[in-house]
Amino acid sequence: MMNNAAISDLIIKMADDELIQGHRNSEWTGLGPVMEEDIAFSSMAQDKIGHAWALYRILHEDLAGPDPDKFAFLRPEKEFKSAHLVEMPNGEYDFSLMRHFLFDHAEAIRYESLQDSSFEPFRMLSKKVKGELKYHTLHANAWLMQLSKAGEESYHRMQQSLNDTFALAAGLFEASPEHESALIADKVYPGEKELFHRWMDRIYPLLVQASLNLPDMKTITPVYGGRQGFHTEHLQPLLKEMSEVFNLDAEASW
Amino acid sequence: MYGGGYIFDEPNKKQLREEEQHDEPEKLAAFEERIAKGEKIEPGDWMPAEYRRQLIRLIEQHAHSEIIGALPEGTWITRAPGFKRKLALIAKVQDEIGHGQLLYNAAETLGKSREAMINDLLSGKSKYSNVFNYPAETWADVAVIGFLIDAAAIVNQVANAKGSYGPYCRALERICYEESFHLKQGHDAFIELATGTPAQKAMLQDALNRWWQPIMHFFGPPDKASSHSEKLMQWKVKMASNDDMRNQFLESYVPKIRELGMTLPDPALKKNEETGKWEYTDPDWEEFFRVINGGGPCNAERLQVRKWAEEQGRWVRKALMRPTEKRALPVA
Repeated sequence: MMNNAAISDLIIKMADDELIQGHRNSEWTGLGPVMEEDIAFSSMAQDKIGHAWALYRILHEDLAGPDPDKFAFLRPEKEFKSAHLVEMPNGEYDFSLMRHFLFDHAEAIRYESLQDSSFEPFRMLSKKVKGELKYHTLHANAWLMQLSKAGEESYHRMQQSLNDTFALAAGLFEASPEHESALIADKVYPGEKELFHRWMDRIYPLLVQASLNLPDMKTITPVYGGRQGFHTEHLQPLLKEMSEVFNLDAEASW
Repeated sequence: MYGGGYIFDEPNKKQLREEEQHDEPEKLAAFEERIAKGEKIEPGDWMPAEYRRQLIRLIEQHAHSEIIGALPEGTWITRAPGFKRKLALIAKVQDEIGHGQLLYNAAETLGKSREAMINDLLSGKSKYSNVFNYPAETWADVAVIGFLIDAAAIVNQVANAKGSYGPYCRALERICYEESFHLKQGHDAFIELATGTPAQKAMLQDALNRWWQPIMHFFGPPDKASSHSEKLMQWKVKMASNDDMRNQFLESYVPKIRELGMTLPDPALKKNEETGKWEYTDPDWEEFFRVINGGGPCNAERLQVRKWAEEQGRWVRKALMRPTEKRALPVA
């Protein structure tokens, strides 16, 4: 017998990250440094928001959860489980790009692990998502390499944005204490600690290749809190904006 | 979207007219004969200087309209109600940027770089469709733009796709294909509001009232006031007159709007069954020229946003141009 409360918790964490990251990506539409990047970020925004939608639908259809639109667009901030990394405003392109690199590799690692999940909807979804994430991480890697090797300003910006985002990105792997051991025991997924190590193994050689220095791990404290409903000051205004039209009449069809 | 019917002309055409006189008469005759036979002109082919200039102007303004046109709708991406609308709108606006990219590429085949075109946009030298100098105030504006302005653009672009310049025609064929999906998503959102709650209907009616004049302006001034059409039509740069395109739009879309119970803010708007033409109150053409010359409600804001994006992205473009190490990227 699966622990539905634990699976729901994991789904909401993943989906909320995807929704908020997708929202941030979509904010680049029309404003990118080159047109090709507008298009790339819009395209990834659609994929991320699509993943969130798919996860909320699993919650709705397989675990008797609420209607996906209402759940995403009307939930109070406190009930969101997104990590602080995705809530941060886009900043300049360097910040957005480094976040994209760190987030998308974390996402890719997570979905790869779900290919062996005991929870069938996860296995199905991970198959579909795999192909998309391949391109997201290729895109992130290509730009990381390009910008880290293109002169002083560009290099320093990339190093600075890595310093600024790393502790936040480590916060993606915040476990829910009340559910973690059940999810691991039931083989739903390998657990946050294991995913963190796999993620480090994946990004470290790429950062070395880009000649970027990982911040000293002894000085890094992962930024936790999001999974427990403690958010940055940026989430509330984002949610207010997202639900602005939907909230005019939540019972109407839009 | 979004090529409007009206092509703004630059004030320095005198010098170029003189260049045109240097065109060799035999080559010109052969060129015009090819066009008359329906052949496409390709980038390496001989062409009159004025043809090249007019095409650059046309394609460049169309490209600018695509990327500026992304802004009014783009501001609603983060507010779109529900997953379905949100995903459709992001995809749509992304397509518009992609159209801009295609069109800048087409214009580059005529010898003007993307960078030079963007600089002319930012300095105000080069124009874009007036319709994007109006604000998108509510969600219903997104439905009106997606349905009616995309529809208007399709009327214009389907005509231009039969023009004489190969790269532009091929870009337009692909653009029209995508636009027809945009029109469907706009129409779908429009129907949802038109058949929705009283508040939704009122929101849609308000948006229609505000957008009607910019839509009538979209195809450009009446034929009787349009100066440089004849040569452009002979060279198949311009494929249909402003009034003809406007009439074609009214013929196709006024009934679709009315059958949903919505009204249009022009009591004189009706089809004359004898002539088969639509009659309407002339929109305020002084307003049209005021907006083209920078006096619209959003001209400054639109250019400011583009300038912000250009300035913020400068270091990235610089980094792309001079990497210290070349690296082959995997092509998947």
